[in-house]
Amino acid sequence: MNSSDRDDAVLLALRDASVRFGSVVAVRDASVVIRPGEAVAIVGANGSGKTTLLRLLHGVVSHSGTRRVGAAAASQAMVFQRPFLLRLSVRRNLLVALWLGARGLASRERSVRADEALARVGLQALADRPARALSGGEQQRLALARSWSVRPSILFLDEPTANLDPSAKKEVEALLAAFIGEGMTIVMSTHNLGQAKRLATRIVYMDGGRIGADLPTAQFFAERLGGRADLFLKGDLSWSLE
Amino acid sequence: MSAVAESIVTAFRLIADADPGLVRTVALSFAVSGGACVGAAGLGLLAGAWLATARFAGRRIVLLGLDTLLALPSVVVGLVVYLSLSRSGPLGAWGILFTPAAMVIAQTILVLPIIAALSHQVVADALREGGDQLRSMGASRLVAALLMLLHERWAVATLLLAAFGRAISEVGAVMIVGGNIDGVTRVMTTAIALETSKGDLPLALALGIVLLSVVALINAVIALISHGRGVPAVEWR
Repeated sequence: MNSSDRDDAVLLALRDASVRFGSVVAVRDASVVIRPGEAVAIVGANGSGKTTLLRLLHGVVSHSGTRRVGAAAASQAMVFQRPFLLRLSVRRNLLVALWLGARGLASRERSVRADEALARVGLQALADRPARALSGGEQQRLALARSWSVRPSILFLDEPTANLDPSAKKEVEALLAAFIGEGMTIVMSTHNLGQAKRLATRIVYMDGGRIGADLPTAQFFAERLGGRADLFLKGDLSWSLE
Repeated sequence: MSAVAESIVTAFRLIADADPGLVRTVALSFAVSGGACVGAAGLGLLAGAWLATARFAGRRIVLLGLDTLLALPSVVVGLVVYLSLSRSGPLGAWGILFTPAAMVIAQTILVLPIIAALSHQVVADALREGGDQLRSMGASRLVAALLMLLHERWAVATLLLAAFGRAISEVGAVMIVGGNIDGVTRVMTTAIALETSKGDLPLALALGIVLLSVVALINAVIALISHGRGVPAVEWR
């Protein structure tokens, strides 16, 4: 492990980590370090291993290699591409999330946090609605509120706006920008380069299960990376089947 | 008027007059089958949720066994409970043979596999959809499965009603362990069998109408729940 991995400020570090699904290696020898306050976008063509790398970072897939979680990254949350919401009211979904993710909180505090989270994403008026009756954008905002409410050290997002219409996309992106502005550490997978450019401070480019580049956002978009990465940036590489 | 038509008219009169014998029998049927379903629900839902998440050697065999028990004949349950509760049986000291308690035990055993197998199916399907999300939020496997019972509560209500329908309409187990004692262990199904053999068709018919109405009502509620809430019909695997 190099010196940067041992840095106390490191929230999460992967070292030569690989994920295998049967005979397919979805992520190969990945080494990534996540530090507090970073907004990292994982980009790449379809099938390049973005989501698997995200899940690997979140610790929900079996892997080889090393995954080290810093003391400051004890609490993590993840927003899925299609958020799963319980058949309960909007508010009860938040209360369940707080019950699961913030065990130390008294029930009154959970209630206050739930109200704060609803206000944060602008869903107060819909608090008593069945969560599954919300629109796609509202459901994703509720998923963000659910994650935000537990005050995670790192928030993982898997293509958070992939299934949303343009206005809902804008709302969710605005919320993410606000979270980042408040200093929340975010790691997101996205195939939307514009979104990555707008939100991320760092880009991890995946190609065929390998990390092809890991650069500050400005540098990633300014430099000629060569080969398939350039094709991807030009929009000529939609699938990565290696 | 033919004898059958006369019996039907008398049956409706017994229902309309709330005949005390009829009411007592119906009430005991509800108490026994309701008690059995409550007991079996406590155990069966927990077992179903656990089976949906547990990974252990022989799990497939357990699930196969559970599926087999779905078709458990009620007379076999009655026989096993009878042998267990009879004076020389391992639970003979309890002294509850030919009491409603014995009937509740028999029906609990009868519907337990139904509740466990169907709730396992419901929870496993739900976990495929949202298990990763709940685990990511900090739920243990079992907590995630129990939350799915809450999430799929309408499907759970449907399967509990199906179990109640099975319990209240069975005759073999309660006849063997209850003994069909008038005013003590006589329920609708055993009364129908007895009154028919005695030739008292009006009472048998009245009980039959009530039983049929109860089953029809249960089916209507199940259909309403399934239709109104978009709950997939509970299927036998």
